[in-house]
Amino acid sequence: MRKMPIEIVTPERKVYENEANLIIARGGDGDIGIMAGHSPVVTTLKISALRVKTDGGDHTIAVSGGFLEVKPDKVTVLAESAELPEEIDVDRASRAKERAERRVKDSKSGDIDARRAELALSRALNRLEVAKIKTGR
Amino acid sequence: MAQNTRDIRRRIKSVKNTQQITKAMKMVAAAKLRRAQERVEQARPYAGKMEEVIGSIASGSGSANHPMLVKRPVKKTGYVVLTTDRGLAGSFNAQIIRTVLNEVRGKSHNEYALFIVGRKGRDFFQRRGYPIVGETTGLSDSPTFADIKSIANDVVKLFQDGVYDEVILVYNQFINAITQVPVTRKLLPLEDVGGKQETVQPGVHTSKYEYEPSAEAVLDNLLPKYAETLIFSALLESKASEFGAKMTSMGAATDNASKMIGTLTLVLNRARQAAITTQIMEIVGGAEAQNQ
Repeated sequence: MRKMPIEIVTPERKVYENEANLIIARGGDGDIGIMAGHSPVVTTLKISALRVKTDGGDHTIAVSGGFLEVKPDKVTVLAESAELPEEIDVDRASRAKERAERRVKDSKSGDIDARRAELALSRALNRLEVAKIKTGR
Repeated sequence: MAQNTRDIRRRIKSVKNTQQITKAMKMVAAAKLRRAQERVEQARPYAGKMEEVIGSIASGSGSANHPMLVKRPVKKTGYVVLTTDRGLAGSFNAQIIRTVLNEVRGKSHNEYALFIVGRKGRDFFQRRGYPIVGETTGLSDSPTFADIKSIANDVVKLFQDGVYDEVILVYNQFINAITQVPVTRKLLPLEDVGGKQETVQPGVHTSKYEYEPSAEAVLDNLLPKYAETLIFSALLESKASEFGAKMTSMGAATDNASKMIGTLTLVLNRARQAAITTQIMEIVGGAEAQNQ
């Protein structure tokens, strides 16, 4: 099977680098699966779990806010933050979740704070979800 | 030099204490500088990649008239000023502040506004009544993207809303450990992103990428992020510069203390010898008086 290199970078560091068989991401227009030889594309990414299938097993990475760029020879993910399951601070994420839930409840829908709280909530949920994958394996 | 030896000894001791402190500060700054430099390196691929993608979109899809790319007549300017929280960094903050003052000279208060990062800059401008609209203080030595996200968000949003017609970033560029240069850089509108808009013929690049959901949507998302990334990498550079400046100035302070200790030791020895000589003279004088 042909492989393609994938790289996930955030403003702070390079999070992940590997040779992938298949990459599954949640793009702006829905889920997208990418294999070697995919046509060049740039897509926004939703706050979601990015899945990478490699010869050495499957990897899941929590990404929030970013882009996926597919080039003929390479895939790059630019994310505001990205974490491997074992890097996720579960306590912090659950605290963030509670905080965000409270805020969503308190603030009126439609204003900017509510929107922010919703985003924070989905980030926290995403992290918790990805962290669970590690323990399940 | 009629100082008594006890006073001189006391001064030497106090200078020595100060020297120990400055020496420790220098070493701490050196260690932090190394880490800060690493972080600058690590942040580079992200910014570089982003520039590449934006460049290819902007040149290809003809959406170069995105509001964040368009130049408007400048009625109001926003300055993002990166200073430090703590002093003892030589002329680091003074340089930045001077640069800002030169920039705003002759402008009235409603023609510009300041976004300040760092306590030193904030204190200066606040005390003198400059129009500060945003501030961030108490950043850690290894700042994260989240730390400056709120200020970056504000800046980008205010520009998009048309409150400011241009945004200029003022920070110390890191050249090496002993040289930092204050620079002003136009952050918004994002001009010459990718740097090749003009050379590429329209239509040639369009087929290079597909965009999901659409080129405009991607650009809409990407440009604010790019501006935030620019602020972040400037912040990282500023941090590296801060530690460089601190290291140099504390090194100089340590050297000065050594010099001072040398001078004081000389004075002390002279005073001591003078005292001994006087004593001998007194004894000799006394003995001779008895012999007669």
